[in-house]
Amino acid sequence: MTMHALEVVKPGLLTTVQDLGRIGCQKYGVPSSGAMDQTALRAANLLVGNEEGAAGLEATGEGPALRALADLVVAIVGPDMEPLIEGRPVECGAATEIRSGQLLELGRARRGLRAYLAIGGGIDVPLMLGSRSTCLPAAFGGFHGRALRRGDILGVGAAGRRPVDIKGRRLPRGWLGPLGEALTLRVTLGPQHDRFSPEGIRTFLTGTYRLMPEMDRMGVRLQGPPILHRSGADVISDSIPLGAIQVPADGQPIILLADRQTTGGYAKIAVVLKEDVYRLAQTTPGQVVHFRQMSVEEAQASLWRYEARFQALQQAWQSEGEHPNYILQHKNRSYRVGVEGGEGTYRVSVQEQADRKREGGEET
Amino acid sequence: MSRDARIGVRFVDTGESCLVVELGDRINVALNLQVHALCLSVERAGLVGVQEAVPTYRSLAIYYDPLRIGRGALKENIDELLCSTLDQVEHRSRVVEIPTVYGGEYGPDLEFVARHTSLSEDEVIRLHTEPLYHVYMLGFTGGFPYLGGLSERLSIPRLHTPRLKVPAGSVGIAGTQTGVYPLESPGGWRIIGRTSLCLFDPSRQIPTPILPGDKVRFVQIPQREFQETATAARH
Repeated sequence: MTMHALEVVKPGLLTTVQDLGRIGCQKYGVPSSGAMDQTALRAANLLVGNEEGAAGLEATGEGPALRALADLVVAIVGPDMEPLIEGRPVECGAATEIRSGQLLELGRARRGLRAYLAIGGGIDVPLMLGSRSTCLPAAFGGFHGRALRRGDILGVGAAGRRPVDIKGRRLPRGWLGPLGEALTLRVTLGPQHDRFSPEGIRTFLTGTYRLMPEMDRMGVRLQGPPILHRSGADVISDSIPLGAIQVPADGQPIILLADRQTTGGYAKIAVVLKEDVYRLAQTTPGQVVHFRQMSVEEAQASLWRYEARFQALQQAWQSEGEHPNYILQHKNRSYRVGVEGGEGTYRVSVQEQADRKREGGEET
Repeated sequence: MSRDARIGVRFVDTGESCLVVELGDRINVALNLQVHALCLSVERAGLVGVQEAVPTYRSLAIYYDPLRIGRGALKENIDELLCSTLDQVEHRSRVVEIPTVYGGEYGPDLEFVARHTSLSEDEVIRLHTEPLYHVYMLGFTGGFPYLGGLSERLSIPRLHTPRLKVPAGSVGIAGTQTGVYPLESPGGWRIIGRTSLCLFDPSRQIPTPILPGDKVRFVQIPQREFQETATAARH
């Protein structure tokens, strides 16, 4: 059963309920939606003891003010919106208790754009097509299909009632990486890079592109040296994955994000690695972006290292202060994950190892 | 299907977690039916690590988790499914009727379409309700059906300036295409009518009454009937 948890006192610029997105409905023309920076939402959820995919709040630019209607555990991950509880500063990237009746206020992001607020138990809104994410273009999901407004009352899931001993849990320093700096986005070429001239591809991979003011949850426009097509910008409309870079006839790229339309007919020169799409979600107009090519194999290896960082967090918090090593295995690749430190600060290292067979299931 | 018939098939990596299977490079009903057949067999196979399949005109996008299924293994599995599927494409005969009021306040551009095509309004309606349209795919945002089969005589350019608000259910024509707006949205198509059929309901497990691969027919209804259904739906 739902428990009333938060009242919206001030909604912020654009605050929506998001989880990790809607999977399985793109064939009905339904965007996948979900948190723009899934790295931050997952970390926030782990901090408060939730499943990584629980629904939380995505605050954009300037965060909301919320009154707690029950005793809660919350965590804020992303840019520092200088959060306050009853006027006292709150640490970002750490599990924090808030008492019923207290006011949590988020301010303006100085660096970065989107902060995530997770609540123990997760935001309880109805599952729509398998997800609690707000789909703004089709106005459904999340909290009544829209951004939060003053006076809205949010509930938390039942798990929020169980006391979880997570006080003092915090992300290792620097875990999230720098926010809002000049970005090099790693890409894999395709699916339609053959529609561009070799010179066009060279321009794309060496040029400096600036983020235009037209950026929202659907996508972001970039401006820079025009990318030349070989045979026109139009293709037979097909599926658009997260992070796809489409190039219309003017040669200026558009990167498609969480609320993107599911299909489109502009040639797609490349796709940004998901991990870097989440970094892009923290950029603001005017910032500069470069692209770097990777093979699909390299991109997938990078995804393994990315996921290992979450596993390391979970294991570190489960083992409460011990300093173990973990071995993650996939096919003929093997990774050693080391966790050091304590008192809330951990050093996590991930190292790819040689042949796992010879090591025969070693575990420390 | 024999190995030879698979010659036109292309696997295209699309990022680190999507594999696109291109069955050809044309817009064609037979090819599109193969896409839907492959989609169905991929879904039925329930491969571990495959998250969803998205059928479009001539290709199937398969989204997967590379941590759970390797790209090589995925391609092998799809290759096998291609062999067993494409031979026996089911020609689904499901026909969805779209009850439509033409003209008047519901179809403000009907008069313009008639003038532009040198037809009477009744002839435009007849030509639009006659064909059995093929649903190549659903896309855009929330169940927009991409239909094939519009009479060439109804081909008409888009509006120069798109309308800011087109009501949900509006039936439009643009270029050689016809379609229905599932949601209120901006749009540049010429609106000739409106349907009372709800084309997108996210509270249902399957949110769209029209599915990719279906056939669709527009059926003219009197304005009174539209109002009755609309009122009934509201209560």
